[in-house]
Amino acid sequence: MSLLRGLLGMELIGRSVRLFLDFQEKPASLGTFFILIDKEVIYICPFNGPIKGRVYITNYRLYLRSLETDSALILDVPLGVISRIEKMGGATSRGENSYGLDITCKDMRNLRFALKQEGHSRRDMFEILTRYAFPLAHSLPIFAFLNEEKFDVDGWMVYNPVEEYRRQGLPNHHWRITFINKCYELCDTYPALLVVPYRASDDDLRRVATFRSRNRIPVLSWIHPENKTVIMRCSQPLVGMSGKRNKDDEKYLDVIRETNRQVNKLTIYDARPNVNAVANKATGGGYESDDAYHNAELFFLDIHNIHVMRESLKKVKDIVYPNVEESHWLSSLESTHWLEHIKLVLTGAIQVADRVSSGKSSVVVHCSDGWDRTAQLTSLAMLMLDSYYRSIEGFEILVQKEWISFGHKFASRIGHGDKNHADADRSPIFLQFVDCVWQMSKQFPTAFEFNERFLIIILDHLYSCRFGTFLYNCESAREKQKVTERTVSLWSLINSNKDKFKNPFYTKEINRVLYPVASMRHLELWVNYYIRWNPRIKQQQPNPVEQRYMELLALRDEYIKRLEELQLANSPKLSDPSTSPSSPSQMMPHVQTHF
Amino acid sequence: MLGKGVVGGGGGTKAPKPSFVSYVRPEEIHTNEKEVTEKEVTLHLLPGEQLLCEASTVLKCVQEDSCQRGIYGRLVCTDFKIAFLGDDESALDNDETQFKNKVIGENDITLHCVDQIYGVFDEKKKTLFGQLKKYPEKLIIHCKDLRVFHFCLRYTKEEEVKRIVSGIIHHTQAPKLLKRLFLFSYATAAQNHTATDPKNHAVMFDTLQDWCWELERTKGNMKYKAVSVNEGYKVCERLPAYFVVPTPLPEEDVPRFHGHGIPIWCWSCHSGCAFKMSALPKEQDDGVLQIQKNFLDGIYKTIHRPPYEIVKTEDLSSNFLSLQEIQTAYSKFKQLFLIDNSTEFWDTDIKWFFPAESSSWLDIIRRCLKKAIEIIECLEAQNMNVLLLEENASDLCCLVSSLVQVMMDPHCRTRFGFQSLVQKEWIVGGHCFLDRCNHLRQSDKEEHQRQLSLPLTQSKSSPKRGFFREETDHLIKNLLGKRISKLINSSEELQDNFREFYDSWRSKPPNYHGLLLPHIEGPEIKVWAQRYLRWIPEAQILGGGRVATLSKLLETMEEVQRLQEKIEERHHSQEALQAEAASLLRTSARLSSLFPFALLQRHSSKPVLPTSGWKALGDEEDLAKREDEFVDLGDV
Repeated sequence: MSLLRGLLGMELIGRSVRLFLDFQEKPASLGTFFILIDKEVIYICPFNGPIKGRVYITNYRLYLRSLETDSALILDVPLGVISRIEKMGGATSRGENSYGLDITCKDMRNLRFALKQEGHSRRDMFEILTRYAFPLAHSLPIFAFLNEEKFDVDGWMVYNPVEEYRRQGLPNHHWRITFINKCYELCDTYPALLVVPYRASDDDLRRVATFRSRNRIPVLSWIHPENKTVIMRCSQPLVGMSGKRNKDDEKYLDVIRETNRQVNKLTIYDARPNVNAVANKATGGGYESDDAYHNAELFFLDIHNIHVMRESLKKVKDIVYPNVEESHWLSSLESTHWLEHIKLVLTGAIQVADRVSSGKSSVVVHCSDGWDRTAQLTSLAMLMLDSYYRSIEGFEILVQKEWISFGHKFASRIGHGDKNHADADRSPIFLQFVDCVWQMSKQFPTAFEFNERFLIIILDHLYSCRFGTFLYNCESAREKQKVTERTVSLWSLINSNKDKFKNPFYTKEINRVLYPVASMRHLELWVNYYIRWNPRIKQQQPNPVEQRYMELLALRDEYIKRLEELQLANSPKLSDPSTSPSSPSQMMPHVQTHF
Repeated sequence: MLGKGVVGGGGGTKAPKPSFVSYVRPEEIHTNEKEVTEKEVTLHLLPGEQLLCEASTVLKCVQEDSCQRGIYGRLVCTDFKIAFLGDDESALDNDETQFKNKVIGENDITLHCVDQIYGVFDEKKKTLFGQLKKYPEKLIIHCKDLRVFHFCLRYTKEEEVKRIVSGIIHHTQAPKLLKRLFLFSYATAAQNHTATDPKNHAVMFDTLQDWCWELERTKGNMKYKAVSVNEGYKVCERLPAYFVVPTPLPEEDVPRFHGHGIPIWCWSCHSGCAFKMSALPKEQDDGVLQIQKNFLDGIYKTIHRPPYEIVKTEDLSSNFLSLQEIQTAYSKFKQLFLIDNSTEFWDTDIKWFFPAESSSWLDIIRRCLKKAIEIIECLEAQNMNVLLLEENASDLCCLVSSLVQVMMDPHCRTRFGFQSLVQKEWIVGGHCFLDRCNHLRQSDKEEHQRQLSLPLTQSKSSPKRGFFREETDHLIKNLLGKRISKLINSSEELQDNFREFYDSWRSKPPNYHGLLLPHIEGPEIKVWAQRYLRWIPEAQILGGGRVATLSKLLETMEEVQRLQEKIEERHHSQEALQAEAASLLRTSARLSSLFPFALLQRHSSKPVLPTSGWKALGDEEDLAKREDEFVDLGDV
């Protein structure tokens, strides 16, 4: 603390306790935080106009309290969501509120503050924000490493790969768990534990690794409990312009095919558009050709790359923030292509799931490196096939497994604590996945244990840097940084307040395959996420049907209780109905109101 | 593309577009000849209904899991409907038949429901009308309720083809005399069923008493009176026999301009009321104009002085939607849902938003809702009365007035309340259903300009009110179906008032038993899937959709009721009946999102896969070519 104080060269304001007691957050919950700045500013709210307020900046977040209306809390923004801070206006700026800061956030909003030109207040705020929003550029730790929150549940215990594979019935006589990557020697972006065909030796795996981009060999993601077909994931083969072949890789895929005797073909889904896969040959990549892989069928799924997705989301922001495009809503939405991308990702996942479920064949999924589109496809297909992943913990395991452990480059895609907002590595791939999950939950409102709030809180903490869950690009990096020891898991927060994230309509159905309809006629923009900052668009929470249902459930529980009481007291001497405190008929009108 | 072009199987592969004739090839017809003869379905005729013509060995083509299937049967045309009598009825299980329309079967198309008829000649689809020189191999019927039927006539005898095709064309397209409408022969033949208990029935507004009740219910009886000056339609055929006017208005004023220029009460609330008024006939003569002016001055004086306070006049014929606009938008919009086959569905899917928007149907819905909210703002926030003005006060007046009531009056959100509202504002209110729906099939274009030739109130006394009601519901649903930009020609001040009122309402928790305002921002106005997508098999979500939550809710409601009964039993310690509440949905574990429509189309649990892929990215093409990571893998 004194170090930081020294770094800042300024006095910390020591009234944090009083301040934080007023906020929703318990003062103890965030451990090491301190107020760095406390200034009067004008927040230029795009919806309600300029608001005079007091801004408080801690090493975790920015608060704004109104100085006008009963000191209401106007803003509460974790610094992690900030992608860019710009100064607006110069010393010569005229006009009201033209001098200040413009902050671009990763969660679909911008914040503008007008400041007084005198007394360096903008410089101070700019410097503090830059330092704590982009700690990596200042050799400061990411907030997650300072967070001392304590929860009843340890979220790091949620995912245990051995247990998860055991749940799937693995290992079995066709599949084994290998520790070849224990020290990340085979593949530094893969997890330590891998499931591979029993018949492939560790040496085979090493040889196959030489032919797969970044050594990401085909490994098992999921096995069908009945027909034993599997979903495998990997990166592209290193075919190159000359059309190189690798006997070991070909043999390996054949071994995978043979683990399932009913079928004589293996299906390979290349997530990319055909032209991109061909173009990748120029840089040494490519796809499995017909003549090299006789027993495999290859399909391209036409999903675009990370750059296309990033631009698409930018366009979404343009049409929803700050103002929603009104009169041409649908055509503007169409011009973003966002929902078309969602449609293609879902369509791809449906195909993967259908192949496996219908028992036609085992499936190998890859894109270029197998950590973006591949993760989307495998995890969505698994969500369609395995109802376990539709529970709260199941979904956490799915994310932990298919995304975090298999090296989706969260650090590069999100840019945690990084000031380089224009980095070409940024892309909303995980957001797109969560959007697909939301679309599914919208189409199947009783099939998921979690609600929309669960998905939103995951996305909020994808950026916030409060938890270690999404930090770094791969398991080896996380292990090096001792993330599980030094940070708190997001699942700790969620699992200790599970009720908040439960969908009351959830009906557990084992072995039910869910196929969403990937038609634009059903896909919707996720208003409660993308347009949530606009007070005019806010949807009712909870929705009336849900509210009604909750009332009914409460009533049911009450009746069950009373019935039990009556059954206990059901001796002849106590059967005078007039003495009962409330007659059930009084409840009748309540139940019969229609909505 | 390496995908092998399999319809519905391959990855984003564009399948060859099947032509109309190639849907069902003879070798694809999975029909058992024996079955055809054994399972002859009898035609159910309503009282007074007559069979006009028929054809046998007609093949109804059904799309199922992206392959075509044919059902042999008889195609008949009566003076009420077109019906297909196939052998596939058995596919319905009992649960589903519970929700069947009792009058119109799954394969029935009432003559008035037919929108367009197409014939397929040598693989080309052409609109059929008038006298035909050549008869088609296949008949495609697009219905007003958005069903699409395909009837293959290739195996039907030539004579029968001629008879049935020309019969159907004639009976669905030729102009009709009013007295030839089926409902009259039905009414004559059927027994007269009159509703007994008025409490379980919509208010018909055909008696003075009904209007007095409505005045009482809305607490409008202090300032208004029900009048019978138009009893027997002596003054005007357009107006109801009984209606309500401001108390000080002299009854003699009503006949002066045949009911024009008279403020007719619609509805009252605590802070104001809504009137509607038809405009006075347009006159050139200065003398007549002066008389009109004096007359109107008198009327305005009546409604402008206490207790009526301020009246805001809303001229719906000049600065709101035109009927032509509505008609054009709907014609474009409905085409988006009249889909012939799976390929067409997926081909149009990727570019779906643009045509949906350019139809401007959703924008019209938004403007209607917005207009209603503006009127409510006057009534609620400004304590003004509102006078809706329109040429005949029978189109947009009905629309706006009933929308206002649905939003403000919780009674109108009950079943009988809504039926009563439709009866009051639309049926008795004189909306020209006959012209607007073109029931007599006059030439298409004049549909909106023509005057009402006969008051709808005449058919009111017939027992077949249902027909009219159905049409009205239909219309109202079209109009109410979705939630609702910019008000044309309105001052900034008005906009501000509106915004303030609307935002303040939105900031409060909603009271479902009070004022309810719809969300009208761009993303909130959505296509009413339950109506528009209900017959499209590709659009159905098996085991999903809103019905999934609703059936859950119903289940719990039943459970709560059972528990209640049990508690009651215990209390009274009687040998009460072990009557289990009849379950509507319990046995059908998994419903489709199309429930209760399109029952036959839920067969397998295979996913529906888009068959057409990606369209050009346009300005993002250069991005699409980039690689995810900037690493050269060439020398690995």
